[in-house]
Amino acid sequence: MNASIKLSRRAFAGGLALLGLGGGAARAQGFAGLGENAEGFATVVPGRTFTFPADHGPHPEFRIEWWYVTANLRDASGAAYGAQWTLFRQAIRPGTQQPGWANQQIWMGHAAVTSAETHRYGEAFARGGVGQAGVETKPFHAWIDGWDMRGLDGMLDATLAPLDLKASGSDFSYALRLDADRSLVLQGDAGYSRKSDRGQASYYYSQPFFNVSGLISIGDRPVDVTGLAWMDREWSSQPLGPDQTGWDWFSLHLNTGEKLMLYWLRQQDGRNKMFGNWIAPDGRSVEIASADNSITPIGMTDVAGRKIPTAWRVAIPARGLAIETTPLNAKSWMGTSFPYWEGPIHFAGSHAGLGYLEMTGY
Amino acid sequence: MLSVRNLTKTYRSAGEQVAVLRGVNLDISAGERVALTGESGSGKSTLLHLIAGLDAADGGEITLADIAVADLGDAGRAELRRDRLGLVFQQFNLIPSLNVEDNLAFQSRIAGRHDAVWHAELVERLGLAALLQRYPEQLSGGQQQRVAIGRALATKPLLLLADEPTGNLDEATADEVLALTRDLVARTGCGFLMVTHSERLAATLDRRIHLHAGLIA
Amino acid sequence: MSRALWILAVLLSHWRRHPMQLATLLIGLISATALWSGVQALNAQARSSYDRAAATFGGARTAMLVGRDDAAFPQALFVELRRAGWNVSPVLEGRIQIGGRAFRLLGIEPVTLPGEVGDAPTVGRSGLQSFVTPPGEMLVAREVLTDLNLPEGARPSTSSGTLLPPLRVQSQMAPGVLVVDIGIAQQLLNMPDQMSRLLIGKTKGPRAALEAVAGDRLLLVEPDAESDLERLTDSFHLNLTAFGLLSFVVGLFIVNSAIGLAFEQRRPMLRTLRACGVSARMLNAVLVIELVALALIAGVMGLVCGYFIAASLLPDVAASLRGLYGAQIPGQLTLRSEWWIAGLAISVLGALAAAAASLLKAARLPVLVAAQPQAWQQAQQRWLILQSAVALAVFATAGFLLWYGDSLLSGFAVLAALLLAAALMLPAILERVLSLGQRSARRPLAVWFWADSRQQLSGLSLALMALLLALAVNVGVGTMVESFSRTFVGWLDGRLAADVYVSAKDDAQATAIRAWLRARPEVEAILPGGRADAQFRGAPIEVLGLPDHATYSEHWPLLESSGNAWVRLRPGDTALISEQLARRLKLGLGDRIEVPAPGGNWPLEIVGIYADYGNPKGQITVNYAALTRRFPGIPATRFGLRVAPPEIPALLSAMREKFGLGDRSLADQATMKAESKRIFSRTFAVTAALNTFTLGVAGIALLTSLLTLSNSRLPQLAPLWAIGITRRRLAAIELVKTMSVALITALLALPLGLLVAWCLIAVVNVKAFGWRLPFHVFPLQLLELLGVAMAASLLAALLPVLKLARMQPASLIKIFADER
Repeated sequence: MNASIKLSRRAFAGGLALLGLGGGAARAQGFAGLGENAEGFATVVPGRTFTFPADHGPHPEFRIEWWYVTANLRDASGAAYGAQWTLFRQAIRPGTQQPGWANQQIWMGHAAVTSAETHRYGEAFARGGVGQAGVETKPFHAWIDGWDMRGLDGMLDATLAPLDLKASGSDFSYALRLDADRSLVLQGDAGYSRKSDRGQASYYYSQPFFNVSGLISIGDRPVDVTGLAWMDREWSSQPLGPDQTGWDWFSLHLNTGEKLMLYWLRQQDGRNKMFGNWIAPDGRSVEIASADNSITPIGMTDVAGRKIPTAWRVAIPARGLAIETTPLNAKSWMGTSFPYWEGPIHFAGSHAGLGYLEMTGY
Repeated sequence: MLSVRNLTKTYRSAGEQVAVLRGVNLDISAGERVALTGESGSGKSTLLHLIAGLDAADGGEITLADIAVADLGDAGRAELRRDRLGLVFQQFNLIPSLNVEDNLAFQSRIAGRHDAVWHAELVERLGLAALLQRYPEQLSGGQQQRVAIGRALATKPLLLLADEPTGNLDEATADEVLALTRDLVARTGCGFLMVTHSERLAATLDRRIHLHAGLIA
Repeated sequence: MSRALWILAVLLSHWRRHPMQLATLLIGLISATALWSGVQALNAQARSSYDRAAATFGGARTAMLVGRDDAAFPQALFVELRRAGWNVSPVLEGRIQIGGRAFRLLGIEPVTLPGEVGDAPTVGRSGLQSFVTPPGEMLVAREVLTDLNLPEGARPSTSSGTLLPPLRVQSQMAPGVLVVDIGIAQQLLNMPDQMSRLLIGKTKGPRAALEAVAGDRLLLVEPDAESDLERLTDSFHLNLTAFGLLSFVVGLFIVNSAIGLAFEQRRPMLRTLRACGVSARMLNAVLVIELVALALIAGVMGLVCGYFIAASLLPDVAASLRGLYGAQIPGQLTLRSEWWIAGLAISVLGALAAAAASLLKAARLPVLVAAQPQAWQQAQQRWLILQSAVALAVFATAGFLLWYGDSLLSGFAVLAALLLAAALMLPAILERVLSLGQRSARRPLAVWFWADSRQQLSGLSLALMALLLALAVNVGVGTMVESFSRTFVGWLDGRLAADVYVSAKDDAQATAIRAWLRARPEVEAILPGGRADAQFRGAPIEVLGLPDHATYSEHWPLLESSGNAWVRLRPGDTALISEQLARRLKLGLGDRIEVPAPGGNWPLEIVGIYADYGNPKGQITVNYAALTRRFPGIPATRFGLRVAPPEIPALLSAMREKFGLGDRSLADQATMKAESKRIFSRTFAVTAALNTFTLGVAGIALLTSLLTLSNSRLPQLAPLWAIGITRRRLAAIELVKTMSVALITALLALPLGLLVAWCLIAVVNVKAFGWRLPFHVFPLQLLELLGVAMAASLLAALLPVLKLARMQPASLIKIFADER
């Protein structure tokens, strides 16, 4: 791994130690370098008490963190769309936060819109300490360059709503309003989300109950849309084991009003670990760890020179769930500096509904 | 083999039209040796040049082995000279930078008709064996003309055309060169048309044609 | 195919029998290709290093936003623009000194740096962390390590004592540039939260109008295909290119005459080949193939020679560019494959151009010899009239360009037109002179002498034109260089007014030295000097501070000044400006300017203009005290001393002993002058070398033309020999004839050369360098060149003449025997 890389966008990769993704060597490091050593950073331990709004803001003592929104949308004619807004934070070294350019945080933003015909995305990078990107809690505001997630007047810390969400790229833009009347949901075990048997874990909470309305533009054509959205908040210092190569992650809105978060971390030895939470319509969240649960790829798509499983069968016998998922656009490829697949899906079977699928490390 | 019909050629000189050939008819059959005589300016050389395709006629026809020379372009006429004709000039026209051996061979090489056995026989019959490595400037006139004749016959042409081939040679040398030429023409069985102003030399050939004022007399 | 090869073999046999001719042809092609491609290699080398400099984080190659009046602007603007959708990346630029050398310090922001900005530095794994984390890293070209004599990883200090980040070699970096993270640059330059410019990357989405975000604080600068260095050095390269082109053209004269001769001699061969059945088309194709093959062979040899020429000139070129423009050129020649291909192409094209006439004649060659009389004289007359008409038209063009042109390029165009017109005019003038001679001649031999010279003219005129051009350019460049060096020496005497120059290693040492000097009785005055760098109307300038002292008002030469200029300088609201700056910005006495300074713009009135030869940057001179007020950060490490001359050596050795000052830190006036002159004379070393090459090539052209002529002239000489003129006499007449036309040509070249010199001084130099020199004529130099030209002509004429003198009578007899 002595290869040189360009000190440009890829430099983020250098800082994140996220080299050579998709290459064989990268597998050993895990997706986006998330398997790297975390010496000097705070560790994730069970039993943490979450406090808001403080936890809506950054946790710089941890190495990585993200604010992640996905939305399943529909226009007046019934055509489906997806939208993604993500802000990543990464510390290039531990220690007291330095002011100005000496600040050790690096920020990365991803934004995308998806329709059945097209998938468009953008990406942004920023150093911390100068105001180009960051997250503030009072009033809530997360931003990088011109992309914003902003708490509107009357935002409640417990629901993280209402929010204004906007982003634009060279060939797309959106401006969405997110409302929710239910509280945030702690994932895993009361917000402690295990990622491996050796103690890798993250702090993880979500707001899966957003209702959305707003405007999406693909090219120059603005469309009024409404739909559902889901926000994930997660931070950690080393969420992946060194033998874990990537993940397949589902966030599903069931037509029953229930929500399902489900993922597995792919292991080099094939014994993939599966995790998930079943969230009742009132927000109660229960882990669904069980040896009987299964997710199985059933359809592959050639995207960006790789074979990606874009259709899945998901079975959770204990909940009577047996569904097959279909992507809105099988080519929802994020050709960003760390490329991955992220796009809206819908599903049918024992349950029907919509959701988002994220697949990394392919 | 060679048939010339109603051949005319006019030159423009100092604003005046000079009719050099005014309807010449001529036939030469295979193996026939013909002398073409006439006074200076009678059109002998012009006729020879027209047959060789070195110049274009104004009217009439030249047919050589069923090929209408007048219909050919520059490339066609060049091919005709290369493959079917042998040309010998008064000035020998050897290539000064090639030695005797290469001067003998270059036309047959270019024509793709080089025949080593025939080449060796020519060298022997023309008595050039000792001179092969010499350059033209190191040869006498008779020697140079022998090389020129060898070159012209190296491709085994249908017709050998010679324009005053002995004009630059003394009488004895001329006789010797012409005798050699007659032998070789007989050996190859080609036709032979020689322009000469010498009645004596003309008499040594099968037939004599006299050109006068642009017409066969 | 084999047919073509046999024809080629026959054609080539000519060269085997005439190796001298082949050699001449090849020499012509080789020298043309060699000089041309040598110059191209030098230019390419320099350009690629400008590219490196320019591409270093968006020189002029990238669109960017800059502050009004090039002033630095607050960082908040960067964030506001990013927030408004502008894909911008900040750069902070400043100058620092390490060990007495000035460097450009660039602070960049690697995370936002647009990928399309050019060659961004490559940083290895975890490179970003070490680059941005204090103390960071300083990326430099390998040459910088050599210059500083430091290993990679070492941490140099600035001359003012600041510890710099560890050095790291970066391959695409330009020499003379140091790159650090923007945060570190802000610290080193003591410009917290300041930026010099914002590079604009590919648009990533809608963005707000610039004015809506930044008001009028920022200006959008569109990308410029040319970098500042390229613009500055254009003249130098144009100069080189002009010489390369001239040599190329002269080389083609040789090729032309060699091919012309070969064609004449091969005419019978071509006829024979046609008669023996080679079609005209085939023959022409093979002739072209032969020429191309020869051109390729000569091209390869020419390129090898060109490489060596370039490699041997490179040190001088690099020194010139560094001295004149501060451009850093690596001393190692690197050539790209394009250079080889272009060199071969130019060789082939040149050969085809030079052979065009011969090839055309060959293509039209009738198989039968036409019996038309050769009316050479009428043809020549017509040709001369036509050529003279063209010459007059070109002269008119030159005049037009001189009157209306206002660029460097038009200056060179004037030169080119002048030279071309003169060359075209030459045969007509010679014809005129020779026919006058013929008319005045009485004796038959004399009449023949003149008449024959006239007939020879058409064959020689190309070579004579080459001689005329080479000589005129030599005279022109020689006069310019000489004018320059005279002016320069005089100027230097006034400019280097102090007796001793001191450069301390830092402010502390400077203070100590000054304190020590004050106690020395032989030191009559300590003259502090200071220099600040600033950006003025889009280009870097120097602001020079001079103390208020009689030394300057008495010696410092001013080209123009309002009364009491030195007195008016004292309050700090007036300035003297350099001639270059005045010409470039069209500034004159009484004009007011505003110079950006750290504390805000500094308004100044211009009260004088001075020559500042050899300085690539514009310069503004102000009162030293005022300078230190406006630019508080400048080091006070340099000063001059007035010392009674006899005391100087003792003082110098005392200072060396006391303060350990080396040669670079301490020098007397004489040493400084010698050093300046040495640097300056190197500037013209390349010009002089190319000049010599050109003259050499012209000599070869003359030689080959004469060789060509001597063969075809035998028929004209043979009758004279037959009527009883000895071969020796004939040879002597030939020699006198050649020398007299060469002399006439050389005499014509002198006024033409002076005209060229005037053009160089009054048009080209002013546009190229920004200064105008007084025009001097140096008769001795002209005489010397005349002598050289005649010697070259003599050498060229001697070989054919000796051949004639020793010719066997048999060869002359043969002329009569051969009726060809």
